[in-house]
Amino acid sequence: MNTFVLKLIAQRLALGLLLLLAVSVLIFVGTQLLPGDVAQSILGQSATPEAVENLRRELGLDQPAWARYFDWLGGILQGDLGTALSNRQDIGQSLWGRAGNTLFLAFWTAVVAVPLAILLGLVAVRYQSRWPDRVISGTTLTAISLPEFFIGYLLIYVFAVKFSWFPSVSTVHSGMSLGERLHAIALPAATLTLVILAHMMRMTRAAILNVMQSPYIETAELKGLGTFRIIARHAFPNAIAPVVNVVMLNLAFLIVGVVVVEVIFVYPGMGQYLIDHVSKRDVPVVQAVGLIFAAVYIGLNMLADIIAIVTNPRLRHPK
Amino acid sequence: MADTLLDIRNLTIEATAYPPGEAPQEITIVNGVSLTLERGKVLGLIGESGAGKSTIGLSPAGYGRGGIRLSGEVWVNGRDILQGSPKALRQLRGKEVCYVAQSAAAAFNPAHTLMEQVIETTLLHGLATRKEAEARAVELFKQLGLPDPENFGSRYPHQVSGGQLQRAMTAMALCPEPDLIIFDEPTTALDVTTQIDVLAAIKHAIKTTGVGALYITHDLAVVAQVADDILVLRQGDKVEMGSAAQIIESPQEPYTQALVSVRSIDHTPKAPTDTPILSVENVSAAYSNSGNNVLDGISMDLSAGQTLAIVGESGSGKSTLARVITGLLPPNKGQVSFQSQPLPGTLGARNKETLRELQMIYQMADVAMNPRHTVETIIGRPLTFYFGLKGKARRARVIELLDEIELGEGFIDRYPAELSGGQKQRVCIARALAAKPKLIICDEVTSALDPLVADGILKLLLRLQAQENVAYLFITHDLATVKAIADSIAVMHRGKVVRYGERDNVLSPPFDDYTQKLLASVPQMKLGWLEEALTTHTA
Repeated sequence: MNTFVLKLIAQRLALGLLLLLAVSVLIFVGTQLLPGDVAQSILGQSATPEAVENLRRELGLDQPAWARYFDWLGGILQGDLGTALSNRQDIGQSLWGRAGNTLFLAFWTAVVAVPLAILLGLVAVRYQSRWPDRVISGTTLTAISLPEFFIGYLLIYVFAVKFSWFPSVSTVHSGMSLGERLHAIALPAATLTLVILAHMMRMTRAAILNVMQSPYIETAELKGLGTFRIIARHAFPNAIAPVVNVVMLNLAFLIVGVVVVEVIFVYPGMGQYLIDHVSKRDVPVVQAVGLIFAAVYIGLNMLADIIAIVTNPRLRHPK
Repeated sequence: MADTLLDIRNLTIEATAYPPGEAPQEITIVNGVSLTLERGKVLGLIGESGAGKSTIGLSPAGYGRGGIRLSGEVWVNGRDILQGSPKALRQLRGKEVCYVAQSAAAAFNPAHTLMEQVIETTLLHGLATRKEAEARAVELFKQLGLPDPENFGSRYPHQVSGGQLQRAMTAMALCPEPDLIIFDEPTTALDVTTQIDVLAAIKHAIKTTGVGALYITHDLAVVAQVADDILVLRQGDKVEMGSAAQIIESPQEPYTQALVSVRSIDHTPKAPTDTPILSVENVSAAYSNSGNNVLDGISMDLSAGQTLAIVGESGSGKSTLARVITGLLPPNKGQVSFQSQPLPGTLGARNKETLRELQMIYQMADVAMNPRHTVETIIGRPLTFYFGLKGKARRARVIELLDEIELGEGFIDRYPAELSGGQKQRVCIARALAAKPKLIICDEVTSALDPLVADGILKLLLRLQAQENVAYLFITHDLATVKAIADSIAVMHRGKVVRYGERDNVLSPPFDDYTQKLLASVPQMKLGWLEEALTTHTA
């Protein structure tokens, strides 16, 4: 590791933090623009104007927006995500349990989906335009074209109702062992795998096919290497950067975009938590979750950048 | 017959071509060629592009680019490899037959160290342990004159120079101790001064290891230095085969004679006049992202209707000078004057008349033309832009210009893809000429062309110069071209002019060290030139 690479990475980290700050402003401004008033919605339509005014003062809503922004930001920097308006509970406490569940599901889905997608991509290149390629491309494309709820219910119908292998409701709680938890999330994980597989597989395939046009692939062929060795050893290392980018986008989706799957399998994740509180106009919760989602997106994309930098021999070993 | 390594009998190679807008056509690339190569000998395959030399050269590896079909017999070590399974071919490649590509910079995988790539096949075919293979690789690095052979292998391809990569590629081919190596234009992409060292290293390695070789090139002077026998090819047919001495000294066929005696131009240089059309005074320039000056205090003059050749290797700054003169890169010091008027440094500050009088022709005619435009649009664009010609008048002028460049009216509706390399360059010349310029900057305009085609282009340029009184700033790395066309010469090296003056003065002794080296490195069409040049090199 040399100073040049470290400098590039430090640059990316700094940019990421700056971006996160900008996003926090956007989230705050966005939630201010939402129609309706929290106090009004808590008290209901029949509340007297005096009662609404009192509640507003109590919640600090009479302060100017910038003061509330810095108040909010200061709290977050100290690890305080604020208090939910709807039930007066600490957001941090309710959120961390949810976030843990979401990360648990995302992690195990990724453990299955990412290697599978890359392997299928490699196989598709190996048998390009022949039946394995067609089968892989066709099935993954079908899977991505079907809506998540359809795949979810289809899996429930087959594996929960017909064969009774897995539960249809993925309840997890702190008393469960790892094995029990994995059993519980099998179906949502499978659904998510089918949803993200095609995207990563196709990118792997396209990126490697692009590299396969390079003269050094001809060199490898003339060295008498087998096709799979050429793909895995000579083509794939040069296709990592685009593949990593797509993998990271999909990982981000696994964390921030799984609300439909959570609803189908009644899984206690962050998505459901967010939707519940949007309908209650609980602005602090929406802000907190929004900021966490943004942090996940920025963090993962930054990681993709850093991996691309570290795997590039031209940057790692300058002249 | 016991020591026959390679025996190609009646090899025919065909492919399906897909011309734009027409039905697919069957074309024959190689038409029933036979050849034999004894163990430990070197056979040169020579011809112009489209002669089929690379296609024949790759056949002993059982390899065909882009879906071509081989028929006939290719016997390597007593087996007809065209009958072998893909698995048998993999056993052959990298073990009995190895390959050295033209551009080693592109042929090495950027993701792995050189050592990993050099010993890969040796390990794969189980010919040695990793330790033995690495020791052998280091030995080969030493033999090929690579710097710091012990540690050379731990570097990545982008960390070493082009000439070193070409040698590393030769080491890669030699490492599994094959019987046959295919050298596919291994020195064509290198500067002359680098070429001579690589050529010597390759020749030395072939001699010490006793490996057989097919040496593919378009440069007869180069192949004469390394080959025992030479096979001359033209458009897929065998023209003539014989010993190197016989081909060079007494070629039988007219085509071979033309190849040997190429550069038929006899140009008498003109003396410079007092008022130059272009004057470069003490110009320095740098690309903004690096502080180093790419050009350092350059001065030279060019008289109207004459040719000033800028000679230098890659990195000498000759193309940067062209960018400064055309206004693409403002100089940070010095002044360029055109017709005794100072030229503004940037393109935006120049008026249309100056732009018109200063035109440019590029090395790669392919990418210098819009592939979706017809020849009429390409040549007609400057006519409309500078002279407002439209419709019939414009078409008539385009036809005139096409006659000037010896193509004629029949080409007017063609697209660039329907032209050969030489024809494309002619269209680019016509486009430059359409603006009626006073000065044309020619940037390596013949470098990508075959010698005979290049010869035609140079003759055309000379004729047009006499006719239109246009001056050329002729940028090239090829000294033979310089001799053929220049009135004055500037030799550039690392951003400086090391020698400048009238042609005959520059090319006559006493020389400075660099010009001496440059001149001595140009391959000459005679046997034993390499050895001679190397002794004067070291002397």
